[in-house]
Amino acid sequence: MRIICPNCGERDRREFYYQGDALALDRPAEDAGLEAWDDYLHNRDNPAGDTRDLWFHEAGCGAWLVVERNTMTHAVHKATLAEKVKA
Amino acid sequence: MRLHAPENTVTFTFDGRKIKGVPGEPVSAALLANDIKLVARSFKYHRPRGVMSAGSEEQNALVTIGHGAQAEPNVRATTLEVSEGLEVSSQNAWPSLRYDMMAVNDLASPFLAAGFYYKTFMWPRSFWEKLYEPVIRRAAGLGALSGETNPDTYEKAFAFCDVLVIGAGPAGLMAALTAGRAGADVIIADEDTAMGGRLLREQEQVDGKPGADWVAAALAELDALPNVRRMTRTTVTGAYDQGTYGALERIAGPRVPGKPLECFWRIVAKRAILCAGALERPIAFPNNDRPGIMMASAVRAYVNRWGVAPGTRVAIFGNNDDAHRTARDLVAAGIKVAALIDSRDDADVEGDFPIYTGAKVIATKGRHALQSITIRHNGGTRVIRTDCLAMSGGWNPTVHLTCHMNGRPTWREDIASFVPTPESIPGMVTAGACNGTFSTAACLAEGAKAAVEVAGGLGLKPEVTVPAADDASYAITPLWAVPGKGRKWIDFQNDVHVKDIKLAAQENFRSVEHMKRYTTQGMAPDQGKSSNVVALAVLADATGRGIPETGTTTFRPPYVPVSIAAMGAGSQGKGFAPERFTTSHRASIARDAPMIEAGLWYRPSYFPQKGETHWQQSCDREVGYVRNAVGVCDVSTLGKIDIQGPDAAALLDFVYTNTFSTLKVGRVRYGLMLREDGHVMDDGTTARLGEQHFVMTTTTAAAGLVMRHLEFVLQVLRPDLDAKVISVTEQWAQFAVAGPQARALLNTVLDQELDDESWPFMACGEVGVAGVPGRLFRISFSGEHAYEVAVPSRYGESLFRMLTAQAEVMGGGPYGMEALNVLRIEKGFITHAEIHGRTTAFDIGMARMISTKKDCIGKASAARPGLLGESRQQLVGLRGKGRDHALTAGAHLFETQAAETRVNSQGYTTSVCFSPTLETHLALGFLENGRARHGEVIKLRDHLRDITEEVEVCDPVFFDPTGGRARG
Repeated sequence: MRIICPNCGERDRREFYYQGDALALDRPAEDAGLEAWDDYLHNRDNPAGDTRDLWFHEAGCGAWLVVERNTMTHAVHKATLAEKVKA
Repeated sequence: MRLHAPENTVTFTFDGRKIKGVPGEPVSAALLANDIKLVARSFKYHRPRGVMSAGSEEQNALVTIGHGAQAEPNVRATTLEVSEGLEVSSQNAWPSLRYDMMAVNDLASPFLAAGFYYKTFMWPRSFWEKLYEPVIRRAAGLGALSGETNPDTYEKAFAFCDVLVIGAGPAGLMAALTAGRAGADVIIADEDTAMGGRLLREQEQVDGKPGADWVAAALAELDALPNVRRMTRTTVTGAYDQGTYGALERIAGPRVPGKPLECFWRIVAKRAILCAGALERPIAFPNNDRPGIMMASAVRAYVNRWGVAPGTRVAIFGNNDDAHRTARDLVAAGIKVAALIDSRDDADVEGDFPIYTGAKVIATKGRHALQSITIRHNGGTRVIRTDCLAMSGGWNPTVHLTCHMNGRPTWREDIASFVPTPESIPGMVTAGACNGTFSTAACLAEGAKAAVEVAGGLGLKPEVTVPAADDASYAITPLWAVPGKGRKWIDFQNDVHVKDIKLAAQENFRSVEHMKRYTTQGMAPDQGKSSNVVALAVLADATGRGIPETGTTTFRPPYVPVSIAAMGAGSQGKGFAPERFTTSHRASIARDAPMIEAGLWYRPSYFPQKGETHWQQSCDREVGYVRNAVGVCDVSTLGKIDIQGPDAAALLDFVYTNTFSTLKVGRVRYGLMLREDGHVMDDGTTARLGEQHFVMTTTTAAAGLVMRHLEFVLQVLRPDLDAKVISVTEQWAQFAVAGPQARALLNTVLDQELDDESWPFMACGEVGVAGVPGRLFRISFSGEHAYEVAVPSRYGESLFRMLTAQAEVMGGGPYGMEALNVLRIEKGFITHAEIHGRTTAFDIGMARMISTKKDCIGKASAARPGLLGESRQQLVGLRGKGRDHALTAGAHLFETQAAETRVNSQGYTTSVCFSPTLETHLALGFLENGRARHGEVIKLRDHLRDITEEVEVCDPVFFDPTGGRARG
């Protein structure tokens, strides 16, 4: 698997650390309530198809990326710097 | 028999017998040249078997090379090059290949049909592991490993290209030429020792000259192109995501110590052209496995390429036009053709040899070598004397790689074969025989066309010139199995025959995947390369379905067996994990300190002295240094993260439970870090060196984790914060100097003397260390008056030597991990033994460190139901009953009268030590509602080590509970 890092170009999957669903971007407020925090911490979809998740270019530039890919075809559509997604 | 006297020869041995081979030819060719027909015993029935093919698909001729630790089993004699002194042995036979005792299995074969083991060895259950399986495993099998460590060298490598051409037959060479001429970066890989594919094995004309001559010219042109790389002996084994391909290269030449035998490549290609060719398939007729019965294409390969006649009276049995060229080539080489048997009634064949159309082989004779065949023809039977039968059931395109990403091949009725389904692998196109295109002219044209398509996608515009070549047609009438008495073998490598597959269907294992698992067809090392299509055709027939509806099993990588040694090259021994050494490493080794691993780091366990016979003695002495004089310890392995920026303090407030924005410049604070789920992630001290400049320390184990976490917070959760983090762990060498004499020791190396007023507990700042700019932190992990002094790494070793030498003058010295652990347990300081991922701030007694005035990571979750309260197991100290009552970590805690069962467990121990200071054994652990139970006597039980001890529950701070020693 290869990911196109916006900073470094196309790199092998071995350079990246996988975190999980990009849902982690949307951290609830401190007082959002148990249910919101439960969803944020634990509840994840397991899509057969397009997915967005967070990868860390740990053995590269150190950027956190939002990677859009497909779990059926293994196609990697796009990688965006997480800080740009948030902004 | 050789057709020509060879110019050069090499000598190798086969089962101890000296054999002459010709450099460049495979062992199988040399064996056939020396009339050795019997080369192996089969997997299950120990049937005598001979060479069947001339390529990596070989099912029978598996041999072992070398001996002892370097022995390599299951090497295909058809791809193994002869070399001087090569040691080749047959396998799966005892006492010898000719007289194999286990051949009794063959007599018992009526009882050993598919599924036999499952039905027979069911009872009693316990016999399976101890008796049945070992016996069955010994009886069946191929080659065996030595069980010794393999001393050979293997390698792995990476390559990148625009176009990867897989296979170097006519289609592959034409594709590489076309793409290479257009300027693309091309890698062309072929598993054979020489490129050319069937052009080296057939009598074909290309561009008005013999095929082999055209190949030579094409290779010369490719070699002259700087953008083309040719890789021979390289099998592309798998197609993976985003244009990544695995490939196994066998390194040419003799075995030389230190020189790799194989290299596993990962090739990343923008585009790929699969020109993998096709594999000829056998016909399942009775006793079709005798030595001397071979694939027709292999017979031609031995005759045309290596000048070896596999027999003196060769019979040919086929169902397609392509088989006829075998007769033609044999006649041209002066070899007698005993008969040409074509199963088709309407076959159009001519030749100066006996021809039987509409005929079939129904029996064969010859135990160790073929002697005769019986055919049915025109309603009668006829016996034909022959020592070699060339069979051809048609061609199976080598579709394997196109199926590695879930692709399924498509059935083509006209050639009775599966062909690749287009676009099965993104970026890959197929050309030539693997596409079901069999004539040389069409292969060349398709290769060029594929290159044009692929190069176009890369923005190149190749010019195309395709040479003229033979354009013979290929007509086939399917023939899968011939009825008759005797076993009709399909999977030769796993000893599966027609009846096994029919039995599977009869017992309702009708799906092709079920049939495969029931019969083991296709599960041998060759993965059914030659047998899969025949097997599913027989299954289709037995279940009354068509072949396309029956479908294929899943083709998975690797295409050929890849040794674990090649895939894991570089990861044996020291290569398994990187080693990190501190700057004091050499000095510690010089003091004979045993090193222990801490993550990737190596740290001294203790520093033995003369007369000490047990580590405990060294450890107790070193603890005494710190409690009574001064000790020195390298703490450089702790993570150091430099944090700078206007929002550096805000970042710390967000990642730590407590507040750092209020910390004064020149001061250090202990911080606790949670995961977002409310459990403790890590702890450590952070120093404020400037208004916008902090240095965080992490535990050794969590340094990488915390670094990643800080980047996560800055980039993902709080990109609004203007701060930057960088690891400086390796840039600074840092030493703990601890004990009542710590200040006196430091004053011998510092440029300016320390005093209590400017350097109180938890102070930090820049200092000169023997003229070098350094940093000093007054922090303590031992509970004593202590400092950590840091200098740039290049000065680390000399500072360690200075400090330890001075400490020894003052009645102290260096201390290692064992003493460090005792010192921190005596003080109740936690490590990852306690914050192991399932403990909360509440559990470790630090709930009050979660500031109520701000949000932080983990704050909301830490307050969730179930994470607070009496039911939680809380950190406690446990005091043993004296010197002779050792405690163990991982033991469970019970009320004194309770049965020591799981349901009664109230907690467990995490860290233990003998405390020389308190002269008893101590433990830290977690106990239900433990903080309310100080003073209670409970029971510690270690079922694994069979230890039971009474312990007293107490505060985790065993020594100096007021902390006066660290402040003083």
